[in-house]
Amino acid sequence: MTQATVPDTHADAGPGWVKRNRMTITPLLFLAPGILFFGIYVVIPIFQSFQISTYEWSGLGDLSEQGEFVGLRNYTELLGDRAFETSLWNNLRWLVLYLLAIPAGLAIALFLNQTIRGIRLYKSLFFFPFVISQVVVGLVFSWFYLPREGALNAVLGFFGMGSVNILGDPDLATYGIIAAGLWPQTAYCMILYLTGLNAVDPEQIEAARLDGAKGHRMLWHIILPQLKPATFIAFVVTIIGALRSFDLISIMTNGGPFGSTRVLSFYMFERALGEYGFRMGYGSAIAVVLFLIMLVFIGYFLWSMWRDEQAARR
Amino acid sequence: MLRHTKLSASVAALSLFATGALAQDSDLSGTLRIISDMSNPAPRAVMEGMAAEFDEMHPDLTVELEVVDREAWKSQIRNALSANPPDVVNWYASNRMGPYVDAGLFMDITDWWDAGDYEGLESVKGALTLNDAQWGVPYTYYQWGVYYREDIYNELGLSEPETFEQEVENCQAILDSGKKCYAIGTKFLWTAGGWFDYLNMRTNGFEHHMQLARGELSWTEDEGVAKTFENWQTLIEMGAFIDDHQSYSWQEALTEMINGDAAAYLIGNFAVPHLREAGLTDEQIDFYQFPAMTDAPLGEDAPTDTFHVAAGAQNVDAARAFLAYVTSADVQTRINGPDALGQLPVNANSEVADDEFLQQGFTMLSENAQGGIAQFFDRDFPAEMASVGMEGLQEFMVFPENLPDILPRLEDARQRIYE
Repeated sequence: MTQATVPDTHADAGPGWVKRNRMTITPLLFLAPGILFFGIYVVIPIFQSFQISTYEWSGLGDLSEQGEFVGLRNYTELLGDRAFETSLWNNLRWLVLYLLAIPAGLAIALFLNQTIRGIRLYKSLFFFPFVISQVVVGLVFSWFYLPREGALNAVLGFFGMGSVNILGDPDLATYGIIAAGLWPQTAYCMILYLTGLNAVDPEQIEAARLDGAKGHRMLWHIILPQLKPATFIAFVVTIIGALRSFDLISIMTNGGPFGSTRVLSFYMFERALGEYGFRMGYGSAIAVVLFLIMLVFIGYFLWSMWRDEQAARR
Repeated sequence: MLRHTKLSASVAALSLFATGALAQDSDLSGTLRIISDMSNPAPRAVMEGMAAEFDEMHPDLTVELEVVDREAWKSQIRNALSANPPDVVNWYASNRMGPYVDAGLFMDITDWWDAGDYEGLESVKGALTLNDAQWGVPYTYYQWGVYYREDIYNELGLSEPETFEQEVENCQAILDSGKKCYAIGTKFLWTAGGWFDYLNMRTNGFEHHMQLARGELSWTEDEGVAKTFENWQTLIEMGAFIDDHQSYSWQEALTEMINGDAAAYLIGNFAVPHLREAGLTDEQIDFYQFPAMTDAPLGEDAPTDTFHVAAGAQNVDAARAFLAYVTSADVQTRINGPDALGQLPVNANSEVADDEFLQQGFTMLSENAQGGIAQFFDRDFPAEMASVGMEGLQEFMVFPENLPDILPRLEDARQRIYE
C-alpha cells in the first residue's frame, strides 16, 4: 500500500513546488486511498468480468490454463435460457414495484411530520425495519407467509378465506418477496422525506396559504418541488436497491419454487459461485448484463447531478 | 465463519478416544493442516478428537485443524484449495469431486490405494475413482430408506410393504385415515432427488440409473424414464405427499411426521437423531427398504463422506498417515458409533454400532443391495445437471401436469452439459 506523505509545511526554504501546488496536492492525497481501493476492488473487476464472460471456466485453477476461450457463446446461450429470461422479468418487476416505496415513504413522512407528544417514538417505530438486517426481515416475512402456521393465513382463515402459499406459488412468490423488501425500503424513503420536510421554507407555505392554496394543490405545487432533492435520492437508492436485491430472495425462497423468484444477481451467484455452480464464464456474462442495465441508471443519475450542479453554478 | 482450534489445548475433548493403545510413530514432523466441514456438534467433537489423537501419536508433528461451517464449505473449498492449500480436506465422493479433480486441485492417491493402505475399503473404492485413479478416502456413509411411524402403521393394521403395489395400498389406507403418506420438504431441492433415485432404480434397475447419470440416456426418448415419472405421478395424484412441501426444508417437514400428520419419510439416516430428540421412541419409529417394483436387483443410495489430500499439500507424508489412520478399522468403529457420528463405518473390518437403524441399514446395504450402491442424485450426476434436474423434479412434484415441459428442458441441459 502506498504511504501518504505529509505535505511539507516548513516555510524556511521559500515557496517550494509542494507549497505552490498544495491546493491541488492535498485533495489528491486525501482521495488517493479511496481511488486506489475503488480501482482495485471495483473498476478492475468490472473489466475482469468482461474478460471472464468470454471463457468457459469452472472458476477453479488458473483462467489461462483451465479456461477455454469461447468468444460470445455465453451470451448467445443466455438468449435461449429460460431461467435468464425469468430473472430478467423478475428484475423488471422489482424495479417497477420497488418504486412504490417512494410514494409510501412520502405519505408516512407527511403523516408523521407533526408536532405532537411522543412523535419521535412513532418516527423511530416506522424507521425500525430499516435498521434490522435484511436477513431478519426475510425470516420474519417467511414465517408470516407460512402456508399453515403463518400469521397471514391465520388472518385469512379468520375471515373465512382459504389458505394461500405465497412463497410456494411460482406466480405469487416474487411479489411476496418484493412486499417484504418494501417494508424496510419505505422506512428509508420516509426518513429521507422527513429530513427534506425539515428544510421546507415556512415562508413559502405561508405565502401559498395567503393565496388560498391548501390540500393537494399545496402539496403538489409548493411542498413537492421543494422536496425534489429528497425525491432524487430516494429514487437513486430505491433503483439501486431493486437491482441488487439478493439477500431476501436467498433467505425466503432460495430462488424457488423451481427458479421462479430468481433475479439476475441471484442467478449469477447460482451459476458461478453456488453449490452446483461451476460456470464462472456464464455467471460473468449474467453479471455483465446486470452491469449494463445498472449503467443506464447510473448514467442517468450522474447526468442528472451534473446538470443540477451546472444550474447551481450559473 | 472460520473457527480455529488450537489442538494442543483441546486434548481434553479426547474422552471418546481414551481407549486403544496407539503405536508411537515419530517419523512424521512439521505441521499437518486439516480443514474440515464437520461443523455440527457431534461430528465436530469427532473431528477434534481425531486430530488431537493423531497429534498425540506423533510427538514431532503439530496438527492444525480448522472447522468450517458445512454449508459455507461448499463454496469456500474453491478458495481454500487454490490459495495456500491445506494438506487434508473434507468433501464428498463420486461426481461431486469431479470439478476439483479436473482442475488438478486434489492429489492423485492411487499409489496409496495400490500399496494397501486401505485394507477393508475395497467395496467403496469405486466411489472415489474418477478417470481410473483414486482421489480420496471415505470415512463414513449412511443408508437411505423409508423411515415410518410404526405406531400409525400398527393402528391402521399395516405392515412394511415389499412391493410397490403394497406400498400404494398402504398409502391409500393412510390417506383414508386422514393423514398423508410421506413427509418431504423440497425447498432445497435435493430431497426430491432422493425420490427420483429410488423410483428410477426400482423401475429400471441400478445400471439404467447410472447410465442416466452418465448422460447416456435421453430424458425425453427413454421409455424407462417415462415409466419412472408415471409411477411417481401415481403417488402424487393420490395426494401421497404433504401439501406445500416446496416451502419447507427437510427439517421443517419432519414436524409433520413427528406430529403424526404424515406416516413416513424417505430420507437418510441423519434424520433419526432429530426424530429421537423430538420425543419419538424407537417403538414409534422404524425403517424399511424401499420396496421392489420390478425384478431388477435392488440398488440403494448410500452417500459417502470423504477426506482428500490437496494437490498443493505441504506435508504429504503426514497426510498419507492421517488418511490411513482415519480409515483404519478401530478408528472407523469408534467415530461411527452412536455417541459419535451415528453412521456406518466404511471399513469392512470394523464393527457397526448396536443401534436399531444402523444395524438394519448395514444389513440392507451389505446383503440386500445386489443392484449396487449409488451416492445420491447430486453426487452421481454432474453438478450442473443435478441443479437443473432437481429443480425440474421439484416442479414435477408440485405440478405433475408440467412434465411435457420439464423433460425437454432436462434433455436440453443434458445435451449441453455432457457434450
